[in-house]
Amino acid sequence: MMNDNEKLFNSGILTEEKQEAVLPPMDLWEKKKNGLVVIECPQQIPCNPCHDSCPTGAIMAFENIIDIPRIDYEKCTGCGRCVARCPGLACFVVDLTWGEENEALMKLPHEMLPLPRAGDEVACLNRMGEEVHRGKVINVTEPWKDCTRVVHVSVPKDMIMKIRAVKVV
Amino acid sequence: MKTTEILVVGGGPAGLSAAIEAASLGCDVVLMDSDLKLGGQLIKQTHKFFGSREEFAGTRGFEIGNLLFDEVEKYKKEGKLEIFSNTTVTGYYKEDGIVSYTIGEETYDLIKPQRIVMATGAQEKRIAFPNNDLPGVYGAGAVQTLMNVYGVAPGEKVLMIGAGNIGLIVSYQLMQAGVKVAGIVEAMPRIGGYWVHAAKIRRLGVPIYLQHTITEALGDKVIEGAVIQEIDNTFKLVGEPMKIDCDTICMAIGLTPTCELLWSAGCEMKFVPQLCGYVARRDAMMRTSHPDIWVAGDAAGIEEASAAMVEGRIAGLAAAASLKPEGCQMLKEKSTDYLKRLENLRAGETGAKIRCGLEQVCCECWG
Repeated sequence: MMNDNEKLFNSGILTEEKQEAVLPPMDLWEKKKNGLVVIECPQQIPCNPCHDSCPTGAIMAFENIIDIPRIDYEKCTGCGRCVARCPGLACFVVDLTWGEENEALMKLPHEMLPLPRAGDEVACLNRMGEEVHRGKVINVTEPWKDCTRVVHVSVPKDMIMKIRAVKVV
Repeated sequence: MKTTEILVVGGGPAGLSAAIEAASLGCDVVLMDSDLKLGGQLIKQTHKFFGSREEFAGTRGFEIGNLLFDEVEKYKKEGKLEIFSNTTVTGYYKEDGIVSYTIGEETYDLIKPQRIVMATGAQEKRIAFPNNDLPGVYGAGAVQTLMNVYGVAPGEKVLMIGAGNIGLIVSYQLMQAGVKVAGIVEAMPRIGGYWVHAAKIRRLGVPIYLQHTITEALGDKVIEGAVIQEIDNTFKLVGEPMKIDCDTICMAIGLTPTCELLWSAGCEMKFVPQLCGYVARRDAMMRTSHPDIWVAGDAAGIEEASAAMVEGRIAGLAAAASLKPEGCQMLKEKSTDYLKRLENLRAGETGAKIRCGLEQVCCECWG
């Protein structure tokens, strides 16, 4: 039988022991204005729009289309184009330089109604959809003008590896 | 009797692609589709597709349909492509190669094509449980048609059966339409669809019950709930039954290729579990054992639409090149690229099943 962690992962939850693999290097991350991308795409699937959508080449070219994305963090500008392009909504940008000492800005993909608006207070959900925080929407962009929004929301720094979605309340 | 060089049966992603390629080689093409509107399942897909740029990855399915319609329009204007929608191909007579069809429910007619591309798609599987005949039990295709083609919500709270890509995607689309998803029930110990599709539903609070099955639908005249229960590795019921509050049950159990016409034509068929049913044996150019018949898309084995489009292009091109010797060079050039794309789409862990299935039905070339 599977243990609980395997069962969680097999149902689409990135479990803690697998989260480390997606983290940018901390020294660079803490200094990088506009943030760095975190990609939670642990399964080999035939898909590469994240690379195609990246204007700086930070998401490296795929040797094989089923490769898992590899990132050159030095080149990532936190622009969020991959966030809006990824069909699996698996790209997130986290800006640790934003706001007060203990704050961070997260740029999350959003395709649900109602749409959040700048200034709204929204529910911040973890990977299981539990509300773990109420955060303020700073900006909402639509990089590709294709209805996938990128919601910029302020969160406490210690929640950046928990929060993965927002919901209008 | 009406005649044509190429008849394409089915106007989904594979059939449209086949018709476009055949017309591009200068063939006269007739495309028949049983639906009122062309596009097959593409027109219901509001999510962005996977794959690479060549398969329009990152573009929503219905918009990929629109891109194909633009190409179709071009060849229609040139008089190379004739479209029959609301038209069901009802038979193939192998004695003389004549195909029968009905337009709507009134008109019955015959056509004699020189070559045929069968892109008839697939049918949904169902599972049996008490009360599965109550109103409110749907197949995932019907839910998508109601919701994404006609703008009608199928219910208020849906229990999804099956966590393959269709179950996961339709659950997501239901939430986008403002319908609650009570949960997704999956018999296997892992989701069958892409992990990222599951993750984006999970983070919106939808539970996925792995190693569970539906044992009963509740209700007298309509669905008032469902009972699910855990199963072990031998699919035996264990644990306690659990009641789920829902008014709709959506089945996304899987698909099986639609292959009646291939049987009628006497094509060599084989049951391949990995391709989800009986499929025609074919060569790399999608030609069946019948020298005038090609196959493409889900009818050739259940796969993603991106693969169906590439298969359709190969089949359409190859069927056309068999009539136009000058097209053979084009076939050679393009098919190398198309085959490479198929290989890419089928690479890795998620493509292992397809590769294993194809090994059982693909032959080098027909002698």
